[in-house]
Amino acid sequence: MSASKEKYTEAQYLEVDQYQPKTRTGRIANYVDTRVGGTGMIREFGRKVFPDHWTFMFGEVALYSFIITVLSGAFLTFWFDPSMATTRYSGSYAPLQGLEMSMAYATALELSFDVRGGLFMRQLHHWGALLFILAMSVHMLRVFFTGAFRKPRELNWVVGCALLILGLGAGFTGYSLPDEVLSGNGLRIIDGMLKAIPVVGTYISFFLFGGEFPGNEVIPRLYTLHIFILPALILILIAVHLFMVVTHKHTQYPGPGRTERNVVGYPVGPVYAAKAGGFFFIVMGILCLIAGTFQINALWNYGPYDPSPVQAGAQPDWYIGPFEGVLRLMPGYIGDFSLEWVIPTPWGGNSLALPVLIPMIPVALIFLGLFIWPWIEAWITGDKKEHHLLDRPRNAPTRTAFGVAVMTNYLIMWGMGSNDLIATHFGLSLNDITYWSRVLFFLGPVIAYILTKRICLALQRKDREVALHGHEAGVIEVSPEGGFSEKHKLPSEYELWSLVSYEAAAPSGPRPNAKGKVTAMEKFRSRLNRMWFEDRVEPVSREEYLEALEHHGHGEHTEGLEAAQSRGEIGPGTGH
Amino acid sequence: MKALSQKRRHPFAFVALLLLGLLLTGGLYAAATTVNQAQASNVPDGYSADQVDEGERLFVANCATCHGMNAEGTDAGPSLVGVGAASVEFQVGTGRMPMQMQGPQAQQKPPQFNDEQTTQLAAYVASLGAGPAVPDDEWLDVDQGDPARGGELFRINCAMCHNAAGAGGALTEGKYAPSLHGVEAVHIYTAMTTGPQNMPVFNDANIPPEDKRDIIAFLKTYEQQGSPGGFSLGYLGPVSEGLLIWTLGLALLIGSMVWLTSRSS
Repeated sequence: MSASKEKYTEAQYLEVDQYQPKTRTGRIANYVDTRVGGTGMIREFGRKVFPDHWTFMFGEVALYSFIITVLSGAFLTFWFDPSMATTRYSGSYAPLQGLEMSMAYATALELSFDVRGGLFMRQLHHWGALLFILAMSVHMLRVFFTGAFRKPRELNWVVGCALLILGLGAGFTGYSLPDEVLSGNGLRIIDGMLKAIPVVGTYISFFLFGGEFPGNEVIPRLYTLHIFILPALILILIAVHLFMVVTHKHTQYPGPGRTERNVVGYPVGPVYAAKAGGFFFIVMGILCLIAGTFQINALWNYGPYDPSPVQAGAQPDWYIGPFEGVLRLMPGYIGDFSLEWVIPTPWGGNSLALPVLIPMIPVALIFLGLFIWPWIEAWITGDKKEHHLLDRPRNAPTRTAFGVAVMTNYLIMWGMGSNDLIATHFGLSLNDITYWSRVLFFLGPVIAYILTKRICLALQRKDREVALHGHEAGVIEVSPEGGFSEKHKLPSEYELWSLVSYEAAAPSGPRPNAKGKVTAMEKFRSRLNRMWFEDRVEPVSREEYLEALEHHGHGEHTEGLEAAQSRGEIGPGTGH
Repeated sequence: MKALSQKRRHPFAFVALLLLGLLLTGGLYAAATTVNQAQASNVPDGYSADQVDEGERLFVANCATCHGMNAEGTDAGPSLVGVGAASVEFQVGTGRMPMQMQGPQAQQKPPQFNDEQTTQLAAYVASLGAGPAVPDDEWLDVDQGDPARGGELFRINCAMCHNAAGAGGALTEGKYAPSLHGVEAVHIYTAMTTGPQNMPVFNDANIPPEDKRDIIAFLKTYEQQGSPGGFSLGYLGPVSEGLLIWTLGLALLIGSMVWLTSRSS
């Protein structure tokens, strides 16, 4: 397909040299092409076909909101001074005039009140960051629940996970920069978590803050991370991510004519180039609308950082919420038993702050699990095939149920991060919310797993029902004999395809290894495999379908039979 | 003078001295008791006897069920002896008392008594024993206050419960610190001096009246400035911001996505 690999004759080279374009645009294009050779790239990339579905656009939103955040962030750097040197505020915000504060806070206030358009750009930057991580998260959920992370896309899933972590880092470092009480509280929590690490924690904290918290170093250090290292890493990984998307080709939902070997959709040039370009401006428009109408991070409220006060309603941005919530969830005492443990040592004992360390375990597990999930699932299912057709979430009931269970766990931690506001706004007792959340932290995922799995299976059965007998039309007929029956409307061919074209693998027993031995690990795997595939609903087979039609075939359903006969050639489940 | 010194050994000198001493002590005692009486009498400073009487009548009709016929307190409500006129001004003036229902704390509602009646009740409660008084207008005049200093005091003393923007916050067991937006200056002041519900008392030794005025000046300045960046989202900080991006933001995005891809399917 690539013309650049072919050999050219001398005459052909000369022909290229002598080519004279007729139009002005042609001359410019030719000038550029003879120097940088863009034709090959555009021909290759411009013909790339992408399938069209609204759920495929969250990744794009993440990319666009990242670009918008970088652009607005660049604007902010022209005024912001990340220095912890003290100054006396003399800007135009009256309630803070004359107060001593760091240069970082003073310049953040200057940006908000004394720079034309500064407040808008600050708000755009902050809303953009919230949307960036939101879009990444929703994109990841889409990829997870449709099984798009499966072979050959496992590594790209890992790149995506790394992007999410980097996004969290970029967000948190940005949140900490203005050096008011709220961001200082956030850093104090980080300081506390670092110091909870046994033995080395204090050293790490002192290294990070350049001495005892808060010190004079941390804001400039976070600034370097925030405007240079983290965005650079994100940019590199975005490039890798997109490169892999092009290499792998895009996944698609099952449908007529869509197979594991093709991609049905529109080419980049001109359709997606225009759509994506337009969509960038839609995302920008939405963000500008929100940034212009809704106030975000009103940092003038919080006052210059002072390690003593913690204000009511002190929360991190939404994506750090679960980290905050799990700390609020964790009891320091169980009954009279203190969870803080002092390790007896010759120099008087080292305190082990378990109430800070234990909550990090579930969060760490979720993130670790994210990274290695593609391999865990492939190991359990024993599926080594390539997948380019996506699963409808209901057709992978166990994965969907597991995903919802983890989401539930996350949501409970997330909700606990705002337990005080839930208490005031719903007239509940803060203590009760905390106690119930502790129970639900363990019980919620189990309930969610069972419910989701049952709902998935029920939906699959419903699909079977619709494929075999059609939709209930809501029309009741009385036969001349006096019998009542409801009319059914058979699904269209397109709908039928999506109802029947999936695989429902059966559990596979333990397999012996090369030495012919079934290891304990293999037994464990096969138990998980049984759990994974045990409850399943088979897709409607062709025989079942024809039999059902035969059954309906008397009287008014002849049209359906005709459709089925014509479908005999394409036949559901054989369309490769 | 000579006559006096000559007569000091007079037989009646002792009697005269004794008489003088008795007169002095008696006079002083009488004076002292009248002063005392004036304070403990049923008419406190700044109120009239009529107001006290009227207040007592209102009290017996509306408050005595819980606070007792003589405001001595019952199981349902605390004693009001010594809580002062400021407590009445706050609790009755903001509608918290008479209480709508028992609960974690008294809820604010439209005041049940007008200013005149509130003053009468305050006069009666003040007559029961010394307590914080309703502040003079001087301490409520925000023009004399320093909002920047008040803001600093607010963040150190109040924001941990009431939120940095005065939007309120949660306490334990269903109790809460209410929002301070739109609260009258006199109620902010009396809340500080009396410590209603779960609030600590900030007396004049802790926060002098000038500082209280600064805090009120800060709150009023803050109220007037509005929210410079657009809709405030309840001044609740990152939680309501996160909620907005996950609801409105996501809805707008999905809407545009569905629109963009609607043609092909």
